[in-house]
Amino acid sequence: MISFNQVRKRYPGGFEALSNVSFDIAQGEMAFLTGHSGAGKSTLLKLIAAIERPNSGSVLVNNQNVGVLKAGALPFLRRNLGIIFQDHKLLFDRNVFDNVLLPLQICGFDHRESTKRVRAALDKVGLLKREKSNPIALSGGEQQRLCIARAIVNRPSILLADEPTGNLDADYAQDIMAIFKSFHQVGVTLLISTHDAGVLQDPGVRVLNLKQGMLQSTHAMPS
Amino acid sequence: MNRIIAQHLGVLRAATRRIFNPPLAGLLNILVIGIALSLPAGMYVLLQNAQGLVQQLSGTPQISVFLSMDAKADDIEKLRKQFAQHPAVDHLEFVPRDQALQQLKQSTGLADVIGGLEKNPLPDAFVIHPKPGNAQSLDTLRNEIANLPKVEQVQLDSAWAYKLEALLRFATLAVLILASLLSLALIAVTFNTIRLQILTQRDEIEVAKLIGASNGFIRRPFLYFGAMQGLLGGIAAYLIITASLALLNRPLATLSQLYASQFTLHSLSAGDSLSLLLFSLYLGWLGAWLSVARHLAQIEPR
Repeated sequence: MISFNQVRKRYPGGFEALSNVSFDIAQGEMAFLTGHSGAGKSTLLKLIAAIERPNSGSVLVNNQNVGVLKAGALPFLRRNLGIIFQDHKLLFDRNVFDNVLLPLQICGFDHRESTKRVRAALDKVGLLKREKSNPIALSGGEQQRLCIARAIVNRPSILLADEPTGNLDADYAQDIMAIFKSFHQVGVTLLISTHDAGVLQDPGVRVLNLKQGMLQSTHAMPS
Repeated sequence: MNRIIAQHLGVLRAATRRIFNPPLAGLLNILVIGIALSLPAGMYVLLQNAQGLVQQLSGTPQISVFLSMDAKADDIEKLRKQFAQHPAVDHLEFVPRDQALQQLKQSTGLADVIGGLEKNPLPDAFVIHPKPGNAQSLDTLRNEIANLPKVEQVQLDSAWAYKLEALLRFATLAVLILASLLSLALIAVTFNTIRLQILTQRDEIEVAKLIGASNGFIRRPFLYFGAMQGLLGGIAAYLIITASLALLNRPLATLSQLYASQFTLHSLSAGDSLSLLLFSLYLGWLGAWLSVARHLAQIEPR
């Protein structure tokens, strides 16, 4: 589903964010991406969504080399991905409902179908009662869940999450991990970056550990 | 199909809402566009009216030939034959001096003054209706007649009308230049408005790009905004012109009554009005398109 082959990413100015990274994530797999701040986790996720392009090597998503994708094809790649951003990227000029509606508007769903899907997504993350609120009125954890709702409303086959539990307390973090597990159970491919080792308690889940731009180990959690 | 139309209508509604938010800024923008458009369009209307008037007047050019006071009946007869045979003359009338005096009495209300005259000061005259031709051929004819014996004075009634027509052609060109300049101004106004919009909606554009919006999707609201603002500006211009002409027509009616004629300013024709609206819509769209093409590419998500 996602396949990195000797990927190197160097930012202008010479900083090498990723060097020689190779790994594969199978369809329906749930994997964690760990490492300290600045280890290259965000860069790796951006390469998958073609927000950044690799300097060498190939990034395949659904057997498509996204590193060389034309600008006109990017929207169709991204519609297939659900991305949960570290900084949420919510829009504060509209309410919760309309934030989640945006991906459906982009894909051109009709009004009735969109309403149904938005409510379903909000229900999934427990924000159905807040649909009229402005996102600014939500707590950090609620904003994070809103971002998840927006990422899944389009029913993408791949879900990318950048530090989804970054600055949440343990209870909220557990809630969010539970939500992710439920997506995993219905066959969504997930790649979740986190520096918080506390959430990685599930046996059998793969962990990709990055250190200074290099992949240190890919191992499954010991049972 | 219905879904696509509904989507476009939704975008159009949102764009219209955005124009009037905040209401005052939107109204001012529309007013600026309206005034900028109403200047050349209003002058065009005035020119059209003037042109109609000139054509009415110059459509039937006449040459008045005044004979000298000592012209005898056989001189007159000789001239009449000469004129009648001239290839450039269509037909002619002879106005004897007594008849001319009568006409003067009736038409000017100067009967008392004229009645006091000892003898008729008016000469005999011919009114020649030449065959249609340009200003130059009329001039030649006039000179030819002026050189004939017993002809005192020749007056080409429509000469001034031709001059006015030339002046109007000049004015039309001036209006065209003004219209082009103000059209550029309109494009610039829209360009700048859209630029500000793009800046304020930077976040939204970035997020939309990140979750798979095509460039068309992002561009659409701005293009609709520009076109809608242009159209509303065009409507404002139409209203300004119509109201101004209505205001002008009342004093004009008094004025033309004093000149014993009836002349009213015609407003824009239906076709011209439609052209005005479509043109302003197009200019707004163009300004938006240029702005979007210039500024949207600069917003790439990081």
